Amino acid sequence: MNVVEASGLGKRYGRTWALRECTLEIPAGRVAALVGPNGAGKTTLLNLTVGLSAPSAGAVTVLGGRPAGSPAALDGIAFVAQDTPLYKNLPVADMIYITRSLNRRFDQPYAQARLDELGIPPKRKAWKLSGGQQAQLALTLALARRPRLLVLDEPVAMLDPVARHDFMATVLAAASADGVSVLLSSHVLTELERVANYLILLSGAGCGWPGQLMTCSPPTARQAWRNSPWPTCARPQRRR
Amino acid sequence: MTARTMPARPDEADARLRPVPWRRMAGVTWRQHRIALAGVAVLLGALAVYLWIAGTQVNHAWAAAVACHPASSAACQGLDSTLDGMDNFLSNGFILQVLPVLIGAFTGAPVLARELETGTFRYAWTQGFGRRRWALAKLVLLAVVVTAAAGAFGALLSWYYQPFLGNQALGLPKTTPLTPGLFDLRGVGLPAWTLAAFAIGALAGMLIRRVVPAIVATLVVYTGLAFATAGFLRQHYLTPLLTSNTLNVPGNAWVISQWWTKDGRFAFTGFPPSNLLNQFCPPPPAGKGGPSEGWGPCLSQHGYTQWTSYQPTSRFWSFQWIEGGWLLALSALLIAATIWLVHRRAA
Repeated sequence: MNVVEASGLGKRYGRTWALRECTLEIPAGRVAALVGPNGAGKTTLLNLTVGLSAPSAGAVTVLGGRPAGSPAALDGIAFVAQDTPLYKNLPVADMIYITRSLNRRFDQPYAQARLDELGIPPKRKAWKLSGGQQAQLALTLALARRPRLLVLDEPVAMLDPVARHDFMATVLAAASADGVSVLLSSHVLTELERVANYLILLSGAGCGWPGQLMTCSPPTARQAWRNSPWPTCARPQRRR
Repeated sequence: MTARTMPARPDEADARLRPVPWRRMAGVTWRQHRIALAGVAVLLGALAVYLWIAGTQVNHAWAAAVACHPASSAACQGLDSTLDGMDNFLSNGFILQVLPVLIGAFTGAPVLARELETGTFRYAWTQGFGRRRWALAKLVLLAVVVTAAAGAFGALLSWYYQPFLGNQALGLPKTTPLTPGLFDLRGVGLPAWTLAAFAIGALAGMLIRRVVPAIVATLVVYTGLAFATAGFLRQHYLTPLLTSNTLNVPGNAWVISQWWTKDGRFAFTGFPPSNLLNQFCPPPPAGKGGPSEGWGPCLSQHGYTQWTSYQPTSRFWSFQWIEGGWLLALSALLIAATIWLVHRRAA
């Protein structure tokens, strides 16, 4: 089963295409990384995948053919948006209550145990938590929904290295222990190198080149590197 | 695609059959909006206490003035003027006109504007509940709550204003219940206008996506609507009655307009032109005393007729239901448009 399938997907805001001619398949059980420079359309692609916006062209389905944004799709996908939006004026316990109320499944013991582990008191208001704790809270709420696909938009961009490590450890634990498929976007390549085992490159207004990410020069990704103006990674040497 | 599927979870099969129950939105809405709702409760509660105390005094003064015999005695006149002088800043109702829009703007505008401003819509709209149902449940719940609160407060206001309107028996200036300041505070007027303000606020929040500008826009749009209704629309709910005899017009009727005709043709409205007055009814020379009759009766003697169109007080409840009805329809339309925008909006 493919957790995400897009064909000819495009999104236009006014006259500019944020994403164009995007065709990809992400098989289940992977930690897939969506990489590309700022403005390449990473967030646009994720928004289309979770159903926050509707495509201008093409189509995207999730979890084996469910239209993105349909009730069945929403039920199986958990999304942590950029900057981990939370109701900042509400206590942590209320955030848990709201998430539990808005979903058919919610693993309360898991959420409770995670918060205890993280040392987040349930009565504390969300805005009083540190950036790392807020990100962890958002991730906990998402994972407690027991999703089949976890979508993360720039999850670690605002975090310091320690919080970054902790966050990714939680994601990887969920992926390996519970078999959750993960799709995350990032422009921090070193982070992806450690966690991702599937790569989608976005450059300009297009996407594609899926493949295994092992080093900076995997055979399948080489073509991608050559074509994309990727600043943080040296282009692989061409071999005969 | 190869037929490799993930193991189905026990509750996977009924994913399409059982949506998340509606009733769960009650707790969610309460947790998210309890501060705004508590603010409304405090505002209305404090005003209610004040109105209860002031209203009790007014009602006592009214009862005393009505019971006083004979009505023309000096003591009774004193009681009448006491009643007339009470609560002047409240009795014309103009201060309380801001109540519906305050409640509506501060509860309605943030519902979507705050989600869009802080980015939490990306959380709320990706939960299993579904964003259209989420918006529908939230807006309808909040609308019902603020409308009910305004309705209860409107009942108190109706009681409070009763003595000021029921004073035909007393020799006091007549206040019509159809007067712009009071009409929309009594009966179904207050809840209907509060609901309209809430709906305007919700749509403004969805369109503008910022809390404070949305509140300001709500205040502006609501004020325009309220003025247009009071100034132009309300008088046309039912065809006004027309009479050529001023004495036929009840003292507490709502006079829409007055004009003069001669020989079946329109002559003038308001004050007569000076050449007309000089021709027929020259003002008495200065110094010569004698109570002037004024130009009205004088012009009547010269074949002029004064016409008055008015709305009788007996139409109060018809007007209330007409206004309540179209405001309800408007609010439903605005809320439907808001939900449609939530459904349509691209992130």
